[in-house]
Amino acid sequence: MAPTTNTLDRTNYLNATKGFMSWFWTIDHKRLGLMYLWSVIACFIMGGLFAMKIRLTLMPGAVDFATQTAEQMNAYNNAFTVHGAVMVFLVIIPSIPAALGNFVLPLMLGAKDVAFPRLNRFSYHLWIIGALLFVATLLIGNLDTGWTFYPPYSTGHTDPSVITAVLGAFILGFSSIFTGLNFIVTIHKMRPPQMTWFKMPLFLWAIYATAVIQVLATPVIGISLLLILVEKTMQIGIFTPELGGDPVFFQHLFWFYSHPAVYIMVLPGMGIMSELFATFSRKPIFGYKSIAMSSIAIAIFSFIVWGHHMFISGQSDLMSVIFSALTFSVAVPSAIKVFNWISTMYKGSISFSVPMLYGMSIIWLFGIGGLTGLFLATLGTDVVFHDTYFVVAHFHYVMVGSALFGFIGGIYYWWPKMYGKVVDDPLAKVGWLLSFLGFNLTFLPQFVGGSKGMPRRYAAYGSEQGFDDWNYWSTMGAMVLLAGLSIALFGLLRSFFVKGALSPANPWGGVTLEWQTPSPPPEHNFEIDPPTVGDPYDMSLVEYRGEVEGFLPVNPREDDPCVAYIAPEEA
Amino acid sequence: MYTLLSMMLQHQKEDFFFPSQASANAATVDFIFYFIFYVSLFAFIAIVLATAIFAWRYRRSKVGMTPEDSPHHSTRIEIVWSVVPSIFMVMMFWYGFEDFTERRTPPADSYEIHAKASKWQWEFEYPNGASSFGFIDAGEYQGKGLFVPLGKNVRIRLESSDVLHSFSIPNFRVKMDVVPGRYTDVWFNAIELGDFPIFCTEYCGTKHSRMLSKVHVVSEEDFAVWLKENQEDPNASPVDKGKRLFSAKCTACHAVDGSTKIGPALNGKYGTIENIVGGTVTIDDNYIRRSILDPSADIVVGFENVPMTSFAGQLSDDDISNITAYLKSLTE
Repeated sequence: MAPTTNTLDRTNYLNATKGFMSWFWTIDHKRLGLMYLWSVIACFIMGGLFAMKIRLTLMPGAVDFATQTAEQMNAYNNAFTVHGAVMVFLVIIPSIPAALGNFVLPLMLGAKDVAFPRLNRFSYHLWIIGALLFVATLLIGNLDTGWTFYPPYSTGHTDPSVITAVLGAFILGFSSIFTGLNFIVTIHKMRPPQMTWFKMPLFLWAIYATAVIQVLATPVIGISLLLILVEKTMQIGIFTPELGGDPVFFQHLFWFYSHPAVYIMVLPGMGIMSELFATFSRKPIFGYKSIAMSSIAIAIFSFIVWGHHMFISGQSDLMSVIFSALTFSVAVPSAIKVFNWISTMYKGSISFSVPMLYGMSIIWLFGIGGLTGLFLATLGTDVVFHDTYFVVAHFHYVMVGSALFGFIGGIYYWWPKMYGKVVDDPLAKVGWLLSFLGFNLTFLPQFVGGSKGMPRRYAAYGSEQGFDDWNYWSTMGAMVLLAGLSIALFGLLRSFFVKGALSPANPWGGVTLEWQTPSPPPEHNFEIDPPTVGDPYDMSLVEYRGEVEGFLPVNPREDDPCVAYIAPEEA
Repeated sequence: MYTLLSMMLQHQKEDFFFPSQASANAATVDFIFYFIFYVSLFAFIAIVLATAIFAWRYRRSKVGMTPEDSPHHSTRIEIVWSVVPSIFMVMMFWYGFEDFTERRTPPADSYEIHAKASKWQWEFEYPNGASSFGFIDAGEYQGKGLFVPLGKNVRIRLESSDVLHSFSIPNFRVKMDVVPGRYTDVWFNAIELGDFPIFCTEYCGTKHSRMLSKVHVVSEEDFAVWLKENQEDPNASPVDKGKRLFSAKCTACHAVDGSTKIGPALNGKYGTIENIVGGTVTIDDNYIRRSILDPSADIVVGFENVPMTSFAGQLSDDDISNITAYLKSLTE
């Protein structure tokens, strides 16, 4: 029996309607999710190219410290600003919540769509407008403030292109708020009756915690950015001392958003980790409640630790001490999650499929990212490492290690659901391995450069400063990382050109609801209504069936389309 | 135990992670670093090993599709792995807190040097009026840089005339942001002769990477000689300049003999705690600066009805600094 008959030629959300407007004006959360996905990937490529520019400039011998011109320095300063701003505002923040969250959330709830589909479309259109404004400024203007926009440099000492960049970020913020609001309402109101809070998949807990942060914290960055505009255009003193303002005040406002934003970036990645470890260990997730609660704890604590970015900013020393103590409170729930994931593997049936490879490597990456955070939460050592490459390496391990690897793992995991293609071949594994090795080669040397005092945001280093070796290895690593990520992307794109079998409904053995509808799903997500809701991690509900190269329910319902689609002529 | 262990790490030369320990409290910071480092290394090896061992031992090709039943919740284990890391974190916080408190509190006997940051150079001013510069041009260090005496507590008062900068000397393990509109400071006690790099570590514009200088640690005798050689005019120390400014601008309202004129007397006030409307304040560089530029911000109790006019725009940052030096000299 050929499994190719599974879902082939069936009408699904991808081929139900055609044409540009059927995508651009869609309210289907799945199509919006895919559009976010490709927009984010495009931005990621752009941010990545600027990262390469940074690394190539810093390659020892590439630029002569003695003769580097002001134009060259300015070009470098623009490059790190574009890299940082694009990666934060256009890639990591929307990556998992807006792209994967949009695609998966209603499916996981067994719902037809999010609570406010039109608001969802509006969010995406706002995002596009904000992104275009932002990218245009970054590429055409002369923006060199770094993604942090610290005044008084940003308000009084640099190019006016700050104005459009800030407006772009402001609009992006609204997109983020609307998406968060939509998800909160969807999770509250659209869960199927049998799905109590503690029967919700952990990815939804993570998305929920993230959405709460998005809604509560993003307005603050919006206000801060507006205040920058007000000061820059109307000369009203808010942050600039000559006008009677206080530059440290901006840092408080900025980090009051941007620290929680770190968890907007990381929490969804953690949610994906929980799904991956359960599914690919064929075991219930270990410590479900403590993982769920730690997401909420992280969301709450994230609001009271912003001052750890400012230990030496000139804020009062007492505040620094309090913020240091509070910061450690975030470390505990993060550690708990890691222990739970590892325990889930114990006595499981571990698959080395591509998504799980990303998942397992996150233990390594987030391990380093999280543990090096301890040095930065501790007052004595943070003073030494602040604004050095130690910090750069630390947050890349957290951002890339957890958020980006989680994102890529999630793409590979839900790729069959998105496009009906399973990508689990050696090439994809090579892409993963090179990315993992390249990433470590890029950023491990930066810890050492940083502990030796190498400052961030320097357009060049003199050889006598002694940082050349670390920069050399870091640039080498970036090349390997570039190769790895390119292969990972190529592996996905190639699947579009592989003819033949569409993916089974449930290729990996997940028990959450999105695996109970065909791949790709029909326009309205489910053909049976409502789908059966059980324990999201009771792996005994599904069993592997060789004839479909995937998993099927042990006790299928008679009207289950996934079963019905097995070779209809034989059924 | 803490002091003992940090002493064991003292006087070590450059190691894998750090440049040489050229200041008295560098060893303490390094001790805290290595404490966290070894705790973290142990935790890291444990989680990575566990992941690798489980992945291999329970690989699907060996176990099959349906693993045997195992517990998926254990309150006891979860409490253990929440509490044990917390204990270590409390220790980390405490070590960091102790060290931070010490390095944020300059000893009263500190020798004070002023560092002025501007795009893109450092300027250092010494109590006798000597001054020196530091920046990079054509890849070379320009200016004399910062001179400090060996084995003495030195406090560097930091000020910026334009944007945010940050003053960092990795060999001393000190770093502090330089914030326009207010004074910040760092202090250290250099214990190694030699030249060490100074970096700007807060992005400040195009030539941020050139805002470099060097600190020269010399013996006390050599320092005294250097100071004398670099004094431009023996009668133009900051205190002298401040005194002239004070006579011209301030004596209409403020006496320096303890008598109250329109405003309070200003002798013997520096470093004391004063009652102001709504609380108390320590009379320090920042308070004097604020009182000159924004006098109504913190008014001394009893003088609420004699508002002083602001001298913003009339007195430069240097003038304010000199007046501060003069007022300080009236206490010593």
